[in-house]
Amino acid sequence: MNLFRFFIGSLKIIINGGRLYYSCIFFLAILIIWGAFGYYDQLKDGLIMTNMRDSVSWGFYIGNFTFFVGVAAAAVMLVIPAYIYDWKSIKEIVIFGEILAICAVIICLSFIMVDIGNPLRFWHMLPFIGTMNFPSSILSWDFFVLSTYFILNLVIVTYLLYSHFYNKEYKKSIILPLVLLSIPAAIAIHTVTAFLYNALPARPYWNSALLAPRFLTTAFCSGPALLILIFQIIRKTTKFEIKDESLFKIAELMVYAMFIYLFFTLAELFKEFYSDTEHIIYWKYLLMGVEKNREIVIYSWSSIIMGFTAFLLFLIPSTRKNLFTLNVGVVLIFLSVYFEKGITLIVPGFTPDVLGQFYFYIPSETEIRTAVMIFSSGVLLFIFIARIAIAILFNGFSIESLKKK
Amino acid sequence: MKMIEKDNSRREFLKKVGLLSLGTVALASCNSSDYEDFLQQNFKTLSKEEKDEIVKNLEKRYSEKYGKEFHVSDKAAKEGILFGYALDISRCVGCRRCVYACVEENNQSRDPQIHWIQVLQMHKEKGIDFAHSTVHYNPEIVPEPGKFYLPVACQQCRNPQCTTVCPTRATWQEEDGIVVVDYNWCIGCRYCVAACPYGARHFNWGEPNVPIEEINPETHYLGNRPRTKGVIEKCTFCVQRVRKDEGHYPACVEICPVGARKFGNLLDPNSEVRYILENKRVLVLKEELNTQPKFYYFFGV
Ligand code: SF4
Ligand code: SF4
Repeated sequence: MNLFRFFIGSLKIIINGGRLYYSCIFFLAILIIWGAFGYYDQLKDGLIMTNMRDSVSWGFYIGNFTFFVGVAAAAVMLVIPAYIYDWKSIKEIVIFGEILAICAVIICLSFIMVDIGNPLRFWHMLPFIGTMNFPSSILSWDFFVLSTYFILNLVIVTYLLYSHFYNKEYKKSIILPLVLLSIPAAIAIHTVTAFLYNALPARPYWNSALLAPRFLTTAFCSGPALLILIFQIIRKTTKFEIKDESLFKIAELMVYAMFIYLFFTLAELFKEFYSDTEHIIYWKYLLMGVEKNREIVIYSWSSIIMGFTAFLLFLIPSTRKNLFTLNVGVVLIFLSVYFEKGITLIVPGFTPDVLGQFYFYIPSETEIRTAVMIFSSGVLLFIFIARIAIAILFNGFSIESLKKK
Repeated sequence: MKMIEKDNSRREFLKKVGLLSLGTVALASCNSSDYEDFLQQNFKTLSKEEKDEIVKNLEKRYSEKYGKEFHVSDKAAKEGILFGYALDISRCVGCRRCVYACVEENNQSRDPQIHWIQVLQMHKEKGIDFAHSTVHYNPEIVPEPGKFYLPVACQQCRNPQCTTVCPTRATWQEEDGIVVVDYNWCIGCRYCVAACPYGARHFNWGEPNVPIEEINPETHYLGNRPRTKGVIEKCTFCVQRVRKDEGHYPACVEICPVGARKFGNLLDPNSEVRYILENKRVLVLKEELNTQPKFYYFFGV
């Protein structure tokens, strides 16, 4: 009965909103439908509707998957500074970070689902009902850590909101170990995802020990970037309090991450270009293109330039401590990492292919539409869950409020 | 005996669980044979009876679909056999007859086009150098002066990357060394494509297409039986031919006009491949990756 009332109550929260809210939802709905029609073609005719082929056998979908693993991982890691610097609203930061993580993991799994040739056979890779190739296959590992992480976050968020909803004090002894566990789990999902590529000696572009560390540092940029924006929105519309100083602090931490990333990348570039082995070809394709084929160069250089600008904006105290330039930097770094993970990490690994042949890949319309569908659905999901959470945390949506009516 | 029973009841139970949980999804578009396909377990884990049953059903279905008598074998590997292949680089003229013989023998899709064998054209002065090779050569007559040819298909690695990475165990190495795929179990994640260092794995990006009059009805479950969209396929040393008791050669060996291709049992000291390994200058591709191919290249003349 209570559960039922909770659902009705949540539904009311979701459908009530201002004009801006409605237009947002409407816009997302249109995007989802537009994307779904694109995806329908792929369901009907197969992955031939994408531009992937045997030479470049993974593309935009797997790139997106990788990117959102990063977002999922880093959202939770913000708990660490929140704890160390003793920001007041640590509970709220945990909740919103983990809601973001939940949605990001759902997005990740959706990208895997659209990427595999036989989505209905997905259960073949599960333990017990299928024949999971554990521990050999890193993909099994990845699935395992992602599910663990997902469940962990789901439990934490549900429990925190539940106790708030019933006006009970939550038990620190339950939450603290779970939150502490979710931090190594966050590192694990990203590391294992990096190992997915790293573990392939056939692909020299990924077969570098620096891949996993580089993954982690970029995740520390993209995830917090998103949260800085989200916090500002929530702060404007609710009683949620997070001081400007805390946002600046996050940005400061991001600068460290960017700096380490820059250093790792330079080390990688030095090794590749100075030793000038035949493996240099992937990097040349990434940065300069091959003959007339420069499709990917636009992505790599815009990623580099945006990332570098963001780095400068965050490095200089006066621009870091100004909300406007901070937000510009946040958007830039987010896009920079998105291009990097979405395109320039995956595609050069396959170009040229293992037999030295070139096939030039950029995502097809179907791929873009499918990605838009998943992305917008994820955003919608986040908005809905976040609104319920906001209602419970700040607007007195609780068991009593339901009983009163 | 008991073990097997237990296993079966487990499988029964799991089938039911699968049925309940996934039934709703599957129900939408299915007739009963789709349904059975959907619930079929990994071929490697099935009992002899279950395999026979599946194979029989497949024969019936294919015969109806293609209007000719179909054979689907599930003949297992024989003991004491480890298949090996040797290719004479100095003889190969790059005519690509093997490519097309392979396509016909193994029912590879014509459009979208799938070729299990890729013939690379290389420059004599550069040696084996993938970076400067091309598969898209097209002169009137081969061989061209200054060029040599390197056909590449699955190298049947002893230490295959492709099976290690597969999340579902849909691909594995058989006792006689042939790496096979269960087309009913592969989920199409293409991790194996990324992992194979020789570009030997091919994905059915769309619905495969073989003209009915050209279909080869002599098939093996793990080999050249018709595939569906969304699964991986690869060279199997013509498992449907080489496992026959009479012991046929793979189609590419038979067609090669210059006799550049040799095939045999690596465990038999009198076989031709063993002779080549012992008496010729032999190499394997990408030796540094430790895949340990059973496909050798040699210089015969
Ligand atoms: S060549 Fe590729 S497909 Fe064949 S066994 Fe080796 S890794 Fe597997
Ligand atoms: S594509 Fe099929 S055979 Fe290859 S790794 Fe995935 S499930 Fe295994």
